[in-house]
Amino acid sequence: MIILQIILFILAAPLLSGLITKLKNNLRMRKGQSVFQPYYNLAKLFLKDEVISETASWIFRITPCVVLSSTLVAAILIPVFIFSSSVHQMGDFFALVFILALARFFLALSALDTGSSFGGMGASREMFISSLVEPALCMVILSVGLQFGSTDISVFSGAHAITVSSVVAAAALFLIILAETSRIPVDNQETHLELTMVHEAMVLEYSGRSLALIEMASYIKQMIFFFLIAQLVFPIGKPIGTFCQIIFWVLWYLMRLGIIAIIVALVEVTMAKMRLFRVADFLGFAFVLGIVATVCAILGV
Amino acid sequence: MLNLLAKNLFLFDPLSLFFLAVIFIVSLPSLVYSFGYLKGEYSFAKIILAQILLFAFVLSMALVVSVSNCLIFLIFWEIMSLISYFLVVFDTKNARSIQAGLIYIVMTHIGTAFIIAAFMILYNHTHSFDFLAIKNACKILPSGTKDIIFLLFLIGFGTKAGIVPLHIWLPYAHPQAPSHISSIMSGVMIKTAIYGLIRFVISILGVNSSWWGVLIMILAVISCLVGIIYALMEHDIKRLLAYSSVENIGIILLGVGLAMFFISLNLPYLAVFSLIAGLYHLINHAIFKGLLFLCAGSVYKATGTRHIEKLGGLIKKMPQTAVYFLFGAMAISALPPLNGFVSEWLTLQAFFLGAFNVAGGSKIFLGICAAMLALTGGLAAACFVKVFGLTFLAKPRSHYAESAKEVALSMRIGMLILVVLIVIFGLAAALIIKLLAKVAGSVLGIDIGAMSFSLNNLTLSPQIAKSVYLSIPALALWLIVFGIISFVIYRIFGKAKSVISKTWDCGYYKFDSRNEYTATAFSKPFRIAFSFFLLPYRKTQKIRESFYHIKSFTYETHTTKVIKKYIYDPVLTLVFKTAKFMRRMQPGSIHLYLGYVFVTLLLLIIFMRQF
Repeated sequence: MIILQIILFILAAPLLSGLITKLKNNLRMRKGQSVFQPYYNLAKLFLKDEVISETASWIFRITPCVVLSSTLVAAILIPVFIFSSSVHQMGDFFALVFILALARFFLALSALDTGSSFGGMGASREMFISSLVEPALCMVILSVGLQFGSTDISVFSGAHAITVSSVVAAAALFLIILAETSRIPVDNQETHLELTMVHEAMVLEYSGRSLALIEMASYIKQMIFFFLIAQLVFPIGKPIGTFCQIIFWVLWYLMRLGIIAIIVALVEVTMAKMRLFRVADFLGFAFVLGIVATVCAILGV
Repeated sequence: MLNLLAKNLFLFDPLSLFFLAVIFIVSLPSLVYSFGYLKGEYSFAKIILAQILLFAFVLSMALVVSVSNCLIFLIFWEIMSLISYFLVVFDTKNARSIQAGLIYIVMTHIGTAFIIAAFMILYNHTHSFDFLAIKNACKILPSGTKDIIFLLFLIGFGTKAGIVPLHIWLPYAHPQAPSHISSIMSGVMIKTAIYGLIRFVISILGVNSSWWGVLIMILAVISCLVGIIYALMEHDIKRLLAYSSVENIGIILLGVGLAMFFISLNLPYLAVFSLIAGLYHLINHAIFKGLLFLCAGSVYKATGTRHIEKLGGLIKKMPQTAVYFLFGAMAISALPPLNGFVSEWLTLQAFFLGAFNVAGGSKIFLGICAAMLALTGGLAAACFVKVFGLTFLAKPRSHYAESAKEVALSMRIGMLILVVLIVIFGLAAALIIKLLAKVAGSVLGIDIGAMSFSLNNLTLSPQIAKSVYLSIPALALWLIVFGIISFVIYRIFGKAKSVISKTWDCGYYKFDSRNEYTATAFSKPFRIAFSFFLLPYRKTQKIRESFYHIKSFTYETHTTKVIKKYIYDPVLTLVFKTAKFMRRMQPGSIHLYLGYVFVTLLLLIIFMRQF
């Protein structure tokens, strides 16, 4: 089951990114690249030579593996196929957050490792944004925890009623993932302008296979967050019933991610990127939404 | 007096044993480290002196946490403070040490004065200095008196622990001592204050009302945030670590305060759990902060500077120290699977369990505390990315860093021991929690036999229905497995070769260390986001050759130390003004002084007759 889940994440995560890019292009009246473009990119990166800076140390070399491995661990903490096996019992929601922090920590260090000022800039901004994400994320976890009585991720991965609290929490989580997955209005994946880039600045010195691993990790991370939101607003239980029903279940299971991808694409197209220092207000709003969700959960609505 | 001494002077209950363990766990590696560190730094006589002081310091701390009598406690507390003062001013030639020592000794004595006051009130009501006797007598103490004693203890021990706004001495004193002493001071000495709070407030006095815990939690949250924000702004590596100690004391006090809150709400099992979280973070902080100070000392020893803007590239010159520092930085940033993660997770979990179990508005309060703790964690990670990145990575920024060499073997061994402990305290979390449960249970007087919890399956039987899981060994295992898989993917799929080349420099012809990002630049977003508290200001100076041509331009950016400026400075000015006024009493005439003595004596005799 773990292997199945990992394979699902590795296979489907780039598609989600490709889908968002395609949608964005179509919304802008462009034809756009194929939804499979991320796969082509990854394949291309694996075949290319890799340039490693002479300034860099072993931190730079191990970072791609650390980032991918911690993101994969985060991926198996999410119960997608596994509902009550012992695997996801190794950590809860907080473990997920801290595991992803491990990846970010090494990515920021590797950005500083090459001595490029772009790297430093990216590392500084990434750590800034991620530290502001933490309290908002904590409030979201609290509101979910209050509803289900535990911070374990499996408690809300079954079927449950949609409450006001879940919806507000999902909205807060949505703002958080815009920041976490470097989307407009917090960051912009498409730009390589030093004034605006955050995540891209951090990985600027990476090329070839190393870059492929890091890209893969960020696709997977995005999918993890999409799963969390999906489970909050479109809860779904275990697959039961006839073969047809199970097929329908699987389709709906994945469709939910598509719906979130559409919303992300819409937001990205209709909004402009914020100044870096306004991100504090943006995430402050997410924090307030988190508090609202908590209050709703306390009131039981 | 003799009668007093004859009684059982020592008390080795689980709490004392726990603190003794903390003291020795950090002191032994520091001692090993000191052999290499002191060599060449000071003259032979001074090295001997340093070692004697070190032994006396450790001994005094050990006695502080194991005596069972208030008077003796105070005596050892004072000895501990004095020896640490001598160690702070150990570099007698350095004017900054003397100044730091002065601030330290004044603040620590203000703290001690409050503790003495608390003991005197206790003696007045209980007529005893013995812990057990006081504890029994405290049960019938009026609630108002208890409140006053609690506040006195909080200020007294809070000064030693360095909670904001009483932290003012800590960033001066800790960095000035020799590094192995800094590691003991930050790792252990400030924890004796936590011992004091737990022993006297929770165990002896008994928690009276819920605002005690709430007050401690609010102060703790403020300490966390202020400590880490100042640490982010700091460029002196040792002072940065000292500010980070303020932050970590905050995290520990969150656990302790939460435990007090739960006791007053009559939720004993949650109280035990919170205290476990606090104690776990206490021992973790002792280990990783001890390690980080030792590493900082190694950097200082190897380069001669503590200014991180002048360092860089040390990972190549000092590979082992770099690895040790990385472990420390990861642990303090609460990254799995190391020990810092476990205690931070436990603290967050304690807040959440609280939020699930208390009523109404308290849920929000606990939630916001947890959120602030999470923010602190994020800022700490940013801070330690900055320290490690600027100190060890990229190119050396000055000749100090270029000429660095790996430090002596004994220093490396000292650091290695602590690194091993960091890993053990992460992996063996389930076992350690069981041990800490005994300590917490004995402090709170709760039978923990009814509780069953391990990290793998966190169910506090009577209170919480649903389980929460955390298994550090499993996480570590999966991290390694996936790490190997990633590496294999990296190796197998890529047939293309790696090329070593220059960092991309935008086509600029000369890439050197001046292109690197600086610590000031790294902390800029934080400086702007927290500008309402930091009040940053700039100093610019243009030196003009003529109206049209500027020869040189200097730019400095500073932050205002709000607490010092708006709380301490006015008080100090007032003290100096008063002192100036009082000086009129001392014109230098011996006759007048004899007159004073006579008048005083007269007044005393009248006083004795009348009262």
